[in-house]
Amino acid sequence: MSVIDQNTTFLGYRRENGRVGIRNHVIILPLDDLSNAAAEAVAHNIKGAMAIPHPYGRLQFGADLELHFRTLIGAGCNPNVAAVVVIGIEDGWTQKVVEGIKSTGKPVIGFGIELHGDHDTILRASKVAKDYVQWASELQREVCPISELWVSTKCGESDTTSGCGANPTVGNAFDKLHPLGNYLCFGETTELTGGEHIVSARCANDDVRKKFQFMFDRYQDVINRHKTSDLSDSQPTKGNIAGGLTTIEEKALGNIQKIGKLCTVDGVIDKAEIPTHPGLWFMDSSSAAAEMVTLCAASGYVAHFFPTGQGNVIGNAILPVIKICANPRTVRTMSEHIDVDTTGLLQREITLDEAGDKLLDCMLRTANGRLTAAEALGHREFVLTRLYESA
Amino acid sequence: MIHFVLHDTRDTVAVVVVEGVTAGTDMTGWIMDEDKTIQVQARQDIPIGHKVALKDMGIGDTVIKYGIDMGKVVAPITIGQHAHVHNIKTKRW
Repeated sequence: MSVIDQNTTFLGYRRENGRVGIRNHVIILPLDDLSNAAAEAVAHNIKGAMAIPHPYGRLQFGADLELHFRTLIGAGCNPNVAAVVVIGIEDGWTQKVVEGIKSTGKPVIGFGIELHGDHDTILRASKVAKDYVQWASELQREVCPISELWVSTKCGESDTTSGCGANPTVGNAFDKLHPLGNYLCFGETTELTGGEHIVSARCANDDVRKKFQFMFDRYQDVINRHKTSDLSDSQPTKGNIAGGLTTIEEKALGNIQKIGKLCTVDGVIDKAEIPTHPGLWFMDSSSAAAEMVTLCAASGYVAHFFPTGQGNVIGNAILPVIKICANPRTVRTMSEHIDVDTTGLLQREITLDEAGDKLLDCMLRTANGRLTAAEALGHREFVLTRLYESA
Repeated sequence: MIHFVLHDTRDTVAVVVVEGVTAGTDMTGWIMDEDKTIQVQARQDIPIGHKVALKDMGIGDTVIKYGIDMGKVVAPITIGQHAHVHNIKTKRW
C-alpha cells in the first residue's frame, strides 16, 4: 500500500484565489535588470522579504517579451508567494506585471524608479514590504487534500544512475499521484530526442499528441538552425558524459523514466503557461535546469522533484526543489544536497515501489514545511528563458 | 553484490553501479525488468555510471539500452569492454 491515497492531506496556505501554496514568501520582484539593486536593498531592509534578481527585461519584444511578462506574472501568482512588491525602472511595464498578479487577489504593489531615484523608491517599497511581511507572518496553514499539490519534475547533471534509479523513482511517484487528480508537469523538449515516440504513444488523445509533436518539432528546428556540430559537446553535457551517458538518445530514454509507466500525457503547454485541468502536462521548455524549474514556478507548480546523478545543486527562489539521487558516489561526496537517497534501488535492497514511497513521504514533509536541502543551503536560482536577441 | 544493471534482456550495454571495477573483475549484473542476474567479466577498468558491453559489436551496429536504439557503434567493441563516447555516437542531430 502506498504512503498516499485520496484521503491523504497536507498543511498548506490557501490563497485568495483558492490555490494552495506550501511556502509563504513575500517577494520583491524586479521588472528588469536595472531594478535589481533597489529590490535587493528592500529585501535587506525588511527581514522575511526576498528579492528575486534576474538579468533581463529591457528592449525585449514580440514572443520573447510575452514570455518575460508571463514568467514574472506567473512567479508572482504562484501560491507559494503571499504578497509581491514589483520594482521597475518605469511605471508602464511595472504596472502590467502588477495587474497580472492582482488577478489572484493577493496583495501586490508596483514602484517605478524614474522621477524618484533608488533612495526614495527603496524607502517607499520598504514600508509596504514591512506591512506585507507582518501580514503574511500571521497567515495559518490549513488542511488540504493531496490533489491540490501541483508537482513538477526535471532532472539535472544526469548520469546513467538517473535512468536506472532516480528518474524511475519520480515516475513511480507520478504514477501514484496521477490517479488522485494532481496537476503534474514535465518538459525538457530536446532531452526527449530519441524517445519522442515513447512520449507520443503516452499522449491521452490525438489532439494532445499533435500539440506535443508540434512543440518537439519546433525545438528541433531551433537546434538545426543554430547548431555547429551534432551537439555532442553540449547535449549530453560534459557532466553527463563524465557520469557515463554517451548519446542524447540514451539521456532521453533515461529522462523519460520520470513520467512513470502508467500516467498518460494529458495536456501540452507552452513555456510558463498555466495548465487548465488535472493530469500530467508536457511543457515545452529548455533542458537547462534553472530555466526549466523557473518556468515550472511560473506555471503555478508548488513542489518540484529533481533527480540528479552527478549532483546538480540547483534550487529555486519560490519552488522548493526536492533532490533524488541513486548514485552512491554522489550521495557520499555531496550528501548535503540530497533529500532522497535511492541508492538501495541499484543494489536490489529496496523496490521501486518503496523508492517511490520514500520520495512521496519526503514530498509530504516538504509540503508541510520542512525545508529542502536546496532551501537550507540558500539556493534561490531564478533564471528567465530568452527566445532571441533584444531589439 | 550487483556490479551492473540493465533494463531489458535485449540490451547490448549495461551500467556499472559500483566503484572500483577493474580489468578482470568478475561482475554480477541485474536485469531489472526480469529480476534475473547474469555474469560478465570486465576487460577494462570501468568507472561507476559508465557502461560495459554485453556482446561483441562492430562498426555501424545499433546499441540497445532500455530495449531501444541509443546510438551507433563507431569503433569495434568486445564483451566486457568500456562502452562510451570513444566507441558509440548519436544517430541524431
